[in-house]
Amino acid sequence: MKKKLLCALLALSMLFVLAACNGAPAENPGNNDAQTSGDTNTPGGAQTPDDTQAPADNGESQSEPEPAAPDDQAGLSGETEPEPAAPVEGAFKLGGTGPLTGGAAIYGNAAKNGAQIAADEINAAGGAVKFELRYEDDAHDAEKAVNAYNALKDWGMQISLGSVTSKPAEATSAESFADGIFSLTPSASSPATIAGKDNVFQMCFSDPNQGTASAQYIGMQNLAKSVAVIWKSDDVYSKGIRDTFLEEADAQGLDIVSDTTFSDGNATDFSVQLNDAKNNGAELVFLPMYYEPASLILAQASAMGYAPKWFGVDGMDGILTMQGFDASLAEGVMLLTPFNADATDDATAKFVAEYQRRFGETPNQFAADGYDCVYAYKQALEAANATPDMGAAALNDLMKAQFTSMTFRGLTGDEMTWDASGAVSKLPKGMVIQNGAYVGMD
Amino acid sequence: MKNRGFSPFRFLTYLLVIGAYAALQVLQARSELSATMRGMLVPICAYVVMAVSLNLTVGVLGELSLGHAGFMSVGAFLGTSTAIALQDRIPVAGVRLAVALVVAAIFAAVAGFLIGIPVLRLNGDYLAIVTLAFGEIIKAIFNNLYLGVDAKGVHVSLLEDATNTAETGRLIIQGPMGIGGIQKISTFTAGFVLIMISLIVIFNLVNSRAGRAIMAIRDNPIAAQSVGVNVVKYKMMAFVVSAALAGSAGALFAMNYSTVVANKFDFNTSILILVFVVLGGLGNMFGSIVAAAVLTILPEALRPIAEYRMLLYAVLLILMMLIANHPFVRGLFNRFKRTGQIQLEAGADETEGEVA
Repeated sequence: MKKKLLCALLALSMLFVLAACNGAPAENPGNNDAQTSGDTNTPGGAQTPDDTQAPADNGESQSEPEPAAPDDQAGLSGETEPEPAAPVEGAFKLGGTGPLTGGAAIYGNAAKNGAQIAADEINAAGGAVKFELRYEDDAHDAEKAVNAYNALKDWGMQISLGSVTSKPAEATSAESFADGIFSLTPSASSPATIAGKDNVFQMCFSDPNQGTASAQYIGMQNLAKSVAVIWKSDDVYSKGIRDTFLEEADAQGLDIVSDTTFSDGNATDFSVQLNDAKNNGAELVFLPMYYEPASLILAQASAMGYAPKWFGVDGMDGILTMQGFDASLAEGVMLLTPFNADATDDATAKFVAEYQRRFGETPNQFAADGYDCVYAYKQALEAANATPDMGAAALNDLMKAQFTSMTFRGLTGDEMTWDASGAVSKLPKGMVIQNGAYVGMD
Repeated sequence: MKNRGFSPFRFLTYLLVIGAYAALQVLQARSELSATMRGMLVPICAYVVMAVSLNLTVGVLGELSLGHAGFMSVGAFLGTSTAIALQDRIPVAGVRLAVALVVAAIFAAVAGFLIGIPVLRLNGDYLAIVTLAFGEIIKAIFNNLYLGVDAKGVHVSLLEDATNTAETGRLIIQGPMGIGGIQKISTFTAGFVLIMISLIVIFNLVNSRAGRAIMAIRDNPIAAQSVGVNVVKYKMMAFVVSAALAGSAGALFAMNYSTVVANKFDFNTSILILVFVVLGGLGNMFGSIVAAAVLTILPEALRPIAEYRMLLYAVLLILMMLIANHPFVRGLFNRFKRTGQIQLEAGADETEGEVA
């Protein structure tokens, strides 16, 4: 008898947990905790702005993204709760997933913070289009990303910011294609994110695009003849760029003398890779990776007295503001990136100032992508005369029509257009690090 | 031999699974399930199968395995590849899923057998560490494996994509990028059927002659050997069955998402599944099922508290472990078990009969 009771109890407790999960989304549509206080755990130090202050005379002109919103929102404290606690009246529900915790948290939080600034600016300006933004944590994992996406669906998401990182984005974009929810990802750059999905668009370059552009750049500028590549073998981003780089390098007549890898577990000692590059006489080393391993490579190369030309990609952005990194090591590093926090145009300067005020660090490219995404949505929604009472399906059709026809000017590009595949077309900017700041190359 | 109390819980376990399935189906039909819950049904099924299959190794055989996610990985990659390769030949999704699950189970069983040859000659901590290494090896292999299928057949290469897959074919496993563009053919019903099959296999194995031999090895290997039990054979039997079930769970899991990467099945996943087993109770399948379901749902249920949820998850986990191990609670459990056993033994002798 007692045993039956126990079983009934266990079954009940299980049902209770199921019910709790089921009920959770319903009872917290107004709970914005999920998107606040991101600054409390934002990793990646940008607290040392000494190396970013030098005004860079870059040869680019980034123009204002859309009508300039009043620069401030009343009562922004810079620490928490920057947005209203109650749902914004008559706002579009805009949701996204990203790694807010875990190893890739720096990217997720940056995109989220950038998008939050844009949404707050737009809401404060009081136009026809307003946003209620919500980010859910996916911990850079496809399974959790789908869970996060579903949580956003329960919340009533009408348009989506997809996912921040590539693999989760591949999983969530398949979901949003199946559900007919329009998605514009700030930074998920793998081609598989948009392949075969007519309602998934990218704000960033796709990986192959970057590899090709880098090889072309090196070839055209005659930067080097013999090139070494060090890449991360278990990373989609790194591999995607490296593969197309090698292809295009062939076409450009570059000589790949060394091609070495590392992976998650052994990303601390690069002496083997560097010696291989050095012994094979590489004049230039191409580093398609994020900046943490790149910073170690630069430091170790300097320690062994190897000084080739260095060439990076947009993941290298952030190396100057990295805590504990001697920025002088990055002197002369070249990289292709769509965003430069030291640009002097008004829109960028305003965004960077606001970001520093609220989150205490210099925004990277992910933050700018997030910011641009929200403004691109604003432009598209206004042009389509969309209203917040429209369902996700109606918005899906409107957005598909808008994004394939409009031209958008943002922080990460002047004349961005999208084709029907969802890939963005914008020019990458060649940058070189001089005196601890990015300077545009031509 | 019934010291771990499977028998009293056996029918209740079936009952729980069927009851939960029926209840969820009704809720789904009345569209009262949230999107979050609907999205988690298949992963929960996969984790439940992982938990009960690991319980066979850890609880019944008594060997600590830290590489169970490795078998899940084998099943996920090879089962999904099979499903993709057969996409045109078998248009019916259900049949394709079944074939993929069976293929995944076979490959994982073969992997389990190969690993078992050296591993099962060890015991205790040594075995645990070797299984841990095995999990890492599997991860490294799939991170570097390229597998393409075209009209000429299957092409495999390591490290570099040297498969030369024809344009008309398809490169299925792409090294670190894993498998992309998977058709989502896993369903809750398939997950339910897989759980039922796992339970039938495990319960029948445990209550058979072989099962008693396996438990004798757990309780005292020397004594078991001295009465003529072939230790390696029975250890292998439990290990391979456990691996096969984990393989099909992996395939079920992978085909619920449009993409799968080898890094998903790392050490953390192995430990997560071990946590399900330990929390549910070693050798207790009922507990494993409840623990797997609760601990999969818990992080999602805690989503409203955002950043603090993983902290709270950890705290809850510690509390659950402490409470489940408290002498008072244990005493309570044991009393239930004993009375249940007496009742069942009196009333259910014919159903409880030996399957040997």
